[in-house]
Order: sequence, then structure tokens, then C-alpha cells
Amino acid sequence: MFGWLRWVIYIILIIGMIGSIVWGYQEQQDKNALLIKAENNYQRAFHDLTYRMDQLNEKISTVLAMNAPNNISPQMADVWKITSEAKADVAQLPLSLMPFSETKQLLNQVGDFAYDVSIRNLSDEPLNEQELEALSQLQDESNKIKRQLRTVQNQVLSDGIRWMDIEASMVTNETRDDNVLKGLKQVEEQVGQFNGLDQLSQPNMNQSITLDGDDINKSDVETIVRDYFELNDQAELTVTETGDGSDIPIYNASFETDEVHGYSEVTQKGGHVLSYLLNRELGEASISLNEGMNVAEELLADLDFEQIEMVESIQYDQVGVYEFVHVHDNIYYYPDEIRVKVALDEGDVIGLTAREFILNERNREQLSLEPELTEDEALGYIHDQLDEQLTRLAVIENEEGEEVLTYEVLGTIDGTTYRVFINANDGFEERVDRLKQSEEVYQ
Amino acid sequence: MVKYKIGVLFVSLLLLWPSITSHGFSEQIIQKGATGDDVIELQARLQYIGYYEGAIDGVYGWGTYWSVRNFQEAFELESIDGIVGQKTKDMLINATEYDEQYVKQQMYQNEDFNYYGGRQSNDASDSAPAPESETANEEQSTADGPQAVNVPEGFSQNDIQLMARAVYAEGRGEPYNGQVAIAAVIINRLDNPDFPDSISGIIYEPLAFEAVADGQINMQPNEEARQAVLDAVNGWDPSGGAIYYFNPDTATSDWIWSRPQIKRIGKHIFMK
Repeated sequence: MFGWLRWVIYIILIIGMIGSIVWGYQEQQDKNALLIKAENNYQRAFHDLTYRMDQLNEKISTVLAMNAPNNISPQMADVWKITSEAKADVAQLPLSLMPFSETKQLLNQVGDFAYDVSIRNLSDEPLNEQELEALSQLQDESNKIKRQLRTVQNQVLSDGIRWMDIEASMVTNETRDDNVLKGLKQVEEQVGQFNGLDQLSQPNMNQSITLDGDDINKSDVETIVRDYFELNDQAELTVTETGDGSDIPIYNASFETDEVHGYSEVTQKGGHVLSYLLNRELGEASISLNEGMNVAEELLADLDFEQIEMVESIQYDQVGVYEFVHVHDNIYYYPDEIRVKVALDEGDVIGLTAREFILNERNREQLSLEPELTEDEALGYIHDQLDEQLTRLAVIENEEGEEVLTYEVLGTIDGTTYRVFINANDGFEERVDRLKQSEEVYQ
Repeated sequence: MVKYKIGVLFVSLLLLWPSITSHGFSEQIIQKGATGDDVIELQARLQYIGYYEGAIDGVYGWGTYWSVRNFQEAFELESIDGIVGQKTKDMLINATEYDEQYVKQQMYQNEDFNYYGGRQSNDASDSAPAPESETANEEQSTADGPQAVNVPEGFSQNDIQLMARAVYAEGRGEPYNGQVAIAAVIINRLDNPDFPDSISGIIYEPLAFEAVADGQINMQPNEEARQAVLDAVNGWDPSGGAIYYFNPDTATSDWIWSRPQIKRIGKHIFMK
């Protein structure tokens, strides 16, 4: 009796089924297309990387056979370019979850070395024995890396290994038995044993930081923090210690009151408050940047930071940020910096970081702080076009990470302000910065 | 009838009053780094007498700083410090004129406008089609916000926006210092040779951030995330110099556990 109805239902079901099959097929196609696109990106990065390592090896061995300085400089510039491209390739591969840092570091070292050589005047200062030795070791090493990577590449090509699968296995941490990861791990181990370039780089001065004062314990920290922020007993306070990775042992104290969430760092030795942040809802700015500066200065005076001067102030909507540096005998010590953040709605300090100040100031060995050049002599070293506005003595860290005494010259060319640091002893132009403070709003 | 007309005249005079008189600064002392209407006035007045050649953008940057100093020096003020207090303001008000409405209108509409000597009367394009353009400007200028903002050295607004997205996607619901620490990790990676040297390179590095891989990075960040990023770029680093962090509850990689740990903030462990 209802036979026709049954048929109608059948037909609808069949149409529905065909529809979902077609839909599913299309979805599948789309997904595959996307996967292939993503996979192709990985493949390109990987094949590029192997190609660059090949090139790197070739360039280095060519340099070894070269004699004319005019030839070496451009070759070394090329090496520098290749290493930075290879680094970019590595950064595009899904390798962040596996150790590959030795290889990246090697690329970096080679790049730095090549850069230094390429900008140096090789006619006056040709490659010395040590550098040639390093280069020939590097040639061996890059040859090994090249061969390993070429082998891996061959496996990728012949076995059709997909980087998407490798990525998936790394995310889920399942052990995969494939030769690509093994090969890359071998490269990493291989590079880890290589130290041919170490002799060229200056020893990394990891001077230990010493602080004065006694060790304090957790309950001392609680007292210090409650006292510092004038917290009452109801405020919840949690104190934790730092682990092995920290460069100095610190207690972290965080607390919660009705208005603010606070966080501060206190050294385990001496109980110095290195930094803190107070987070609360901010209202409209009602005081000026200048009044905010007075607030910041008052606080720093209260905390017994002496001989400091503000060198920079910036307003971000309802927040003013001030940078202070240590000033002694009219010399500005830029490494000793303190930053203070003032909320311009109620005019209270909501952040301070004196880490650099506390750690550097206490660890500075006495510098010879008598400039050999006079200010006028130093000004002779700056660019003709630079219209000098302000000059003062300043201590900065140079490229090698050493502190040097310089003349800081602030000046303008065509309305743009530049900061030039001229070494106060030999007139070397240590650094030139273009100062920019505001950016147009792009709409 | 006459009375009524006078009344209208009086009212319209009243309405026009603020824009006709030479506008006086507000009470605040203006110093380098400040933003807002007082800075616009300061720049316009300095430009009026030829001490300032840059754009009038309402941000007291280096260009404005040197102009103020040169002005203070030329007008023999006691302290040549770039801080605009009452004396400098008085001196400026006496020496210059300021037509707020005109300056702001030009500012929002005309990129190359110069206020030297006041309104440019010889500028034909300015006087002739005035009626129509004025009405058009009216609508536009209400919609326009500031033309420029302060940015920390080395970062653009869009870098900050991108970082705020990453911080929001990775760390929403974390304590504030945990969010600052995430932003600090991104910044610490900038100087580390193991990582790309741009903000975008670091954030979009494959597998570097989970929230990038699953698309959460595309959410609009909240104000807290933006503040956290600003704190980090301004030098606060609650992570203690970390270049990695992970969530121990969901992390699957063994390698990540082998790194020396610095501290735990909220759900994340920060590492060298």
C-alpha cells in the first residue's frame, strides 16, 4: 500500500548518498591539494638547504686555492650570503622540536667569520695561518655535512618521504624509523664534535655575577615583598625559586590584591629587588608625561638609587616609560639602566626593572675614564653633514661586548636625528644609530 | 528684530571664539616623548616661526626636541633642556599664532602642509574650493585619530600587533607576567643565532608555537596582551632570559625536558 513511499525514501537516500560521496570526494581533493602545497614548501626548503651546503663547500675550497686578495673578498662575501640563506632554509623546516642547534651555530660562526674577512682589507692583512687552518678544517667539515645531506636527500627522493609525516611524528613524539631524521641527527652530532672555528672567536666572557649581601630564604622574601609593596596580610603571596637555567638565583614573588596582580623578582643573595610589574585596569591619562617623570624620580630616590639621570621618556597612551642611566663624573653609563613605568591615570609606578643597573654597576671593573681626545677632536671624526646638537661622554658596550668610553654625539642630517658614538681614546666610530621615535599610523 | 540679530551674532561669536583667539597650551609641562594636542600646538607654533621643519604629527620626537632647544637658546631662556614649561610657552605664545582648527584640518588631510608664517593665503587650491572641501573634511577629521604614535626603538606597530596576537593565542588565561614572559621569549630569540632574526620569522617558524600551527594566531588580541608585549619590548623580562617555554601537561617532546629550566609561571615552564 505504501510501496510508492518506500521507493521515494529509497531514491532520496540514494541521492543523499551520492551527494555525500561527491562532497566527500571534493573535500578529500581540497585537503590533498593543501597538503601537497604545504609539503612542497618543506621539500623546497630542504632541497635548497642541501644545495646551499654543497655551494658552501665549493666556495670554501675555492678560497683555499686563491691567492689574490681581490678574489677572496667577494668569495667570502658569497659564503656569508650562502650561510644566511641556509639558515633561512633551516628555519622553514619543521625542526624546532629536535636538536639542530649545533648546525645552526656552525652556519652562524662561518657567516660571522666570512663577514669579518670579506670586509677587511686583505692586501694589508691577509688570511693568517690560523685562519687558513680553520678554513681547511671547515672545508673537510662542510664536505662531510654535504655528503650526509646528499644521502638524506637521496632517501627523501627515492623513498618518497614526506616532511608532513615527519612533522606529524615530531608533534606526537612517536619514534619513527626513517633515515631522514637519523641522517639529520648524524649531521648534528658530527657538527657537535667540530671545533675548528673556536680558535678564531674570542672566548666568551661569561663573567660570573657577584652580588653583595647574605643569602635569604623564602620567608625573608615574603617580608621584603610585603614591605616593599605595602601589602596587608590578606594579600595572597606566592614565592618560587628559579631553576638551573637562571643566570643568577632569584626568588619570584607574585601576589594578588583587590586591585592589582603583582610580580617581582628578588635576588637570593642580598635580597635586591631586580624588577617588578603591577598589572591593573588603566583609565584615561590625567597627568602629563612630565609629572609622571617626577613620580618615577621620587620613587628611585626613595629606593636609594643614586647618581642617575633620565635619558629617555616615552608616552604610550596612558602609560609613561622612563629610562634612567647611571651618571658619574658627567659620564653616562648606558649599560647601567633602570626603566620605570608610570600609569598616567593615577600617577603611580606600575613597573620597574633595575636588573641591568644592579648587576652591571656592581660588577664593573674600573675603567680608565680619562678621555684622551678632547670633545673638539672627537667631533672631527663625525660625518661632515651631521649637524651636531649635543655631545657628552658615555660608556657603551661595543660590538665585541666590551665597555668603552666614547663621546656620544647627537646630531641631525636633513631633520633626521642620529646618535654617533666616537671612541674617546682613538676616535673610532663605534656605532651610529638612527633615532626614530614615532611611527605614522597606517590606515 | 535687531535684538534678535545681535543675539545670533553674539552666539556665533561665542562659538567661533576658541578658534579665533590664540590658543593657549594646557597646564601640563611638555617633555620629549609626550603626545597629544599640546604637542600639535607646540609643533605648529615652532613651525610658524621657522624652528621646526618636520611634520606636525602630535608626537614629541627628536626633531621637535632640537627645535625646542634651539628656540630656548635663541630666546635666551634660562634652561635649554627641551622641557616646555610656562616660560617657554609664554614666549611661544607671544611670538607666534596658532589656528587650531586650520592646523588640525590640514594635518588630517594634507600630508605636506607647512604652517610656516601661518595660513598659506597664496595657496590657490586652499582658498578657492574651500566650501566643499571643508564639509568633506569635517566628516573625515572626526573619524581620524592621531596621525602618529610612539613606538619602541626597533619595532613597528605591526610587529607589536603580531606579537600581541601570538601572546594572546599562546597565553590567554595566564597570569600577566606569564604573558610578558612569552613576549620576552620572542624578543630573546631575536638575538639568538638559533632563531630567525625577525619577529614574523620567529612566530611563523614551523612547530615553534602551537597556537600558530592550529590557527589561533589569527584571533584578535585583547588589550592585556598588547600591554604585555609593550612591557616586554620596553625591557621587562620575567622569563629570566628564556628562549623556550612549554606546557608540561601537553608537551610530548622529550628533548624539551632536557633543557635547563629557569622558572615556571602559570602553566608554562621557561627554559634556556
